[in-house]
Amino acid sequence: MSERRSLWEYANPRKFMGLSGTILPWITIAGGVLLVVGLIWGFFFTPDDYRQGSTVKIIYLHVPSALMAINAWFMMLVASLIWLIRRHHVSALAARAAAPVGVAMTIIALVTGAIWGQPMWGTWWVWDPRLTSFLILFLFYLGYVALWAAVENDDTAADLTSVTCIVGSVFAVLSRYAVNFWNQGLHQGASLSLDPEENVADIFYYPLLVTIAAFVLIFVALVLLRTRTEIRARQLRAYMARERMQ
Amino acid sequence: MIALLLRDLKIAVRAGGGFGLGLAFFLIVVVLVPFSVGPQSSLLASIAPGILWLGALLACLLSLDRIFALDFEDGSLDLLATSPLPLEGIVSVKAAAHWLTSALPLVIAAPFLALMLNLPAAGYFWIVLSLLLGTPALSVIGTFGAALTVGLKRGGLLLSILVLPLYVPTLIFGAELARRGVNGMDTQTPLLMLAGITFATIALLPFASAAVIRINLR
Amino acid sequence: MVLKVKDLAVSRGGLTVLEGLNFTLSPGQALVLRGPNGSGKTTLLRTLAGLQPPAAGDIVGDPETIAYAAHADGLKPTLSVRENLAFWAQVFGTSDLSPAIDAFNLGTLLDRAAGALSAGQKRRLGLARLKVTGRQVWMLDEPTVSLDTSSVEQFAHTIRDHLKNQGSALLATHIDLGFEATVLDVSPYKAKLRDLPVLEEGLL
Repeated sequence: MSERRSLWEYANPRKFMGLSGTILPWITIAGGVLLVVGLIWGFFFTPDDYRQGSTVKIIYLHVPSALMAINAWFMMLVASLIWLIRRHHVSALAARAAAPVGVAMTIIALVTGAIWGQPMWGTWWVWDPRLTSFLILFLFYLGYVALWAAVENDDTAADLTSVTCIVGSVFAVLSRYAVNFWNQGLHQGASLSLDPEENVADIFYYPLLVTIAAFVLIFVALVLLRTRTEIRARQLRAYMARERMQ
Repeated sequence: MIALLLRDLKIAVRAGGGFGLGLAFFLIVVVLVPFSVGPQSSLLASIAPGILWLGALLACLLSLDRIFALDFEDGSLDLLATSPLPLEGIVSVKAAAHWLTSALPLVIAAPFLALMLNLPAAGYFWIVLSLLLGTPALSVIGTFGAALTVGLKRGGLLLSILVLPLYVPTLIFGAELARRGVNGMDTQTPLLMLAGITFATIALLPFASAAVIRINLR
Repeated sequence: MVLKVKDLAVSRGGLTVLEGLNFTLSPGQALVLRGPNGSGKTTLLRTLAGLQPPAAGDIVGDPETIAYAAHADGLKPTLSVRENLAFWAQVFGTSDLSPAIDAFNLGTLLDRAAGALSAGQKRRLGLARLKVTGRQVWMLDEPTVSLDTSSVEQFAHTIRDHLKNQGSALLATHIDLGFEATVLDVSPYKAKLRDLPVLEEGLL
C-alpha cells in the first residue's frame, strides 16, 4: 500500500463510517435550515407572477425535486460504474441507497407538476414530453429497486443492478428523444439555464437556488443515512452467519 | 451457433406451445379491444396501428421468461457457458430463436387482425413493415431481461417490470411509423429511428446480456 | 501438466468456502475430490470449469481443454438421444458419435426421446456427452448418481480408457470406482472464519 492518500480511501467501509458519521448531522441540519429559509422566502417574500398568480410558488418544490430525480439516477450510474470497475462495496450500497430517494423525488416532481398543471393547463395530467419522461424515469426506478429486492446474494445483486442501471440510462435517454418526437408539448422550457433570456426572473431565482441547495443536502443526508444503515445491516448478518458456523 | 439455433427451433416446434400461445394471446387482445372501446369502425380504424403494436409487444413479453429458463433448469446453460461458443453468440442465437418462434408469427398474423379493426388498405404495408423492423429489437431487449432474471424464483413479474420501460422507445417509433404510414404522413424519421434502435440493440445489447448471464451463473 | 492450482480459494454466495488449495493434474491422471456434503466440491469444480471467478489464487490451464459435467445432464426431453448427442458434437466441433454411443451402450436407445429414458439411462447419455466433446480434461460432479452397478462399471471403464489416451479426470464422488486415482480430501482446506468479506469486518 502506498503512503499517498487518495480519494478511494473513503471507499473503505471503516473510513466511510467514520467520516459519514461525523458529517451527517451537519448536512442534515444545513439541509433542513436551507429548506425552511428557502420556502419561507419563496412563499411569503416574493411577488405573485403576473400571469400565473400565486400558483407559481410551487416551483420551489417542483424544480428542486425534478432536478434531484434526474441527478439521483445520474449518481446511481456513476456509483454503478465505480462498483463494476473498482469493486468498492460502499459504492454499490450508495447506489442502492439512492434509488428509493430518487423514487420519492420523482413522485414529488410528478405530483407537484400535476398540482401546478391543473390551474395552468386546466388538467391534472397531459402527455407532455417532460411529464412523460419523468413517468418513464419512474418506471426505470421501479425496475431497479425491484431487482435489488429480488436477488438474494448481495454481490450478484450489485452486479446485476449496475448493468441494469447502465443499460437503463441509455434507454432512458433514448426514451427522452422518442417522447420529444412523439409529442411536442405544453411544458415551459427549463426554469434554469445558462441563457439569461430563458431564465426565470431574479426575484424567483435566488430563493429557488436556496431550495435546490436544500434538496441536494437532504438527498445527500438521506443517501448517507441509508448507506450506513445497510452497512450495519450487513455487519449484523455477517455476525449471525459467523455464529451459525461456530 | 447454427446448431444451437436449429436445436431451439426444433424444441419449440416439438413442444408446440411456442407459436400457439403468443398468437392466441395476440388474437384475444385484439378481439377484446372493440369490446372495451366500442364497435365504431372509424374509431377502431384510427387506433388499429397502436392496438396491433401493443398487442404484439405484450405477446412478445409473454414468452420471454422461457428464453433461458428451461436451459437453466436442466443444466444446459452451464454446459453451454463452458462450451467453445462465445456467450455473446449464445444470447444472440437465443434472441433470434425467440424472434423466429414468437415474434415472426405475430408479424404474419397482424394483417389478418388488422382486417378486424377496419384498417384502411394503405395501412397494411406499414403495419407489417414496422413490426418486421421493430420486433427484433423487442426480442433482443427481452433476451437481456430474461438474462437478468434467469434463476430468480419470482422472475416472471420482475422480468415484465424490467423490460417494459426498455420497450418504450421501440414502441413509440414503431407505432408512430405505422400510424404515419396509415395516415399518409412523412415516415422517414420514425423509420430511420426504428431501424437504428433495432440494429444498435442487435449489435450492442448481447454484450450486456452475456455479462449478466455470467453473473447469474456464478 | 494440464491443470495447476496455486493457493486457490473459492467462494459461494459471497463467503469463502475453501482456501489454500494446491494441486496439479497431469495427462493420464485422475483426481478424486472427497469431502462431506456442502464442503465446496461443487463450487471448486464450477470455479475450475470457469463458471465463477476464484476468490483468490491462480488456476493455470487452458479452459478450452475442459469438459464439465454438472449434477444436471442438460438433456432436452423432446429431442432423441441421437439429436442430443449430435447437438453437443456440433457445439464442440466434433463429428463422430459412435465411440460415445458404444462406450455407454446407447445403441438401442438412439431414436428414443430423451424424456422417455430412465434416470440411469439419462445419466449415461449425460456422460456420453463428455466423450463427444473430444476434450482432454473431464470434470465430473457426482457422475455415478442413479447409475446401477453395471453402468458404474461401464463408466469406470470409460474413464480408464480416457486416462489411457492421455486424458485427465477430476471427479467429485463418494464411491470407489476401482481405478487408480489420487484422492484429495477437501475438508482440511475449509476456509477459516476470518475470511468474511471486507465490508463486514469488525465495524460494529
